[in-house]
Amino acid sequence: MSSTFDTVVNIIAETCDIPRETIKPESHAINDLGIDSLDFLDVAFAIDKTFGIKMPIEQWTQEVNEGRATTEQYFVLENLCARIDELVAAKKA
Amino acid sequence: MRLEYFQLIDRVVGLDLKGGKIQVEATVPTTSTIFEGHFPGHPLMPGVLLMEAMAQTSGWLIIGITQFTRMPFLAAFKEAKLRTFVTPGQTLALAAEMVHEGSGYAMTKAEIRVEGNLVCNSEITFKVVPFPSPEFRASMEKVAAAIDFPMKTLANG
Repeated sequence: MSSTFDTVVNIIAETCDIPRETIKPESHAINDLGIDSLDFLDVAFAIDKTFGIKMPIEQWTQEVNEGRATTEQYFVLENLCARIDELVAAKKA
Repeated sequence: MRLEYFQLIDRVVGLDLKGGKIQVEATVPTTSTIFEGHFPGHPLMPGVLLMEAMAQTSGWLIIGITQFTRMPFLAAFKEAKLRTFVTPGQTLALAAEMVHEGSGYAMTKAEIRVEGNLVCNSEITFKVVPFPSPEFRASMEKVAAAIDFPMKTLANG
């Protein structure tokens, strides 16, 4: 898997005390890993800091609430990592 | 301070939006019904109220940085340390700085000093959301005026 995925796995494992082997690319952060909203803030903080980005969580949440996106698009880890890579690339551009 | 009303900040004495820092002052009242129970004959400022005071200090910083468009709600304390007793009549110097302004959340570091000595400190996490209603925002603007929150600073960035 990508280094982004490995980094995110490390962050989730350390922040949420979840065994690394249970964290898969297809895992849904909320539904499968049971990360609640407060723990997700710590995950988001670590991701923002590590990658030097600001994940647009408010925008994502709004899109989900308005039915314009699904939680899977942002919270399944392989998709989350793709979003992170996009944000990193946009920052470098 | 009006402990019973959770008004734990007396005045803002410094606000640096670009630097992400704020300083406020507060004096612990000499009398309060809270001291009748905490503790009888040995009044102490409750540690949870010191933590709330640090949260309120951080909260005003976040309100300033978000240009009075968002309300921070306390979510978590990390590594909170209550280092010594605080007693009625003491004047507190509170300070907070932004550690990270995320999307919909913020992390700060806050501390309280008495006569230069550190009495408590913590890292604090907030959920940051739009004001729930215009009335809520209006009530916060009243509090801002009462504590000398420098509204002009917002326009100047």
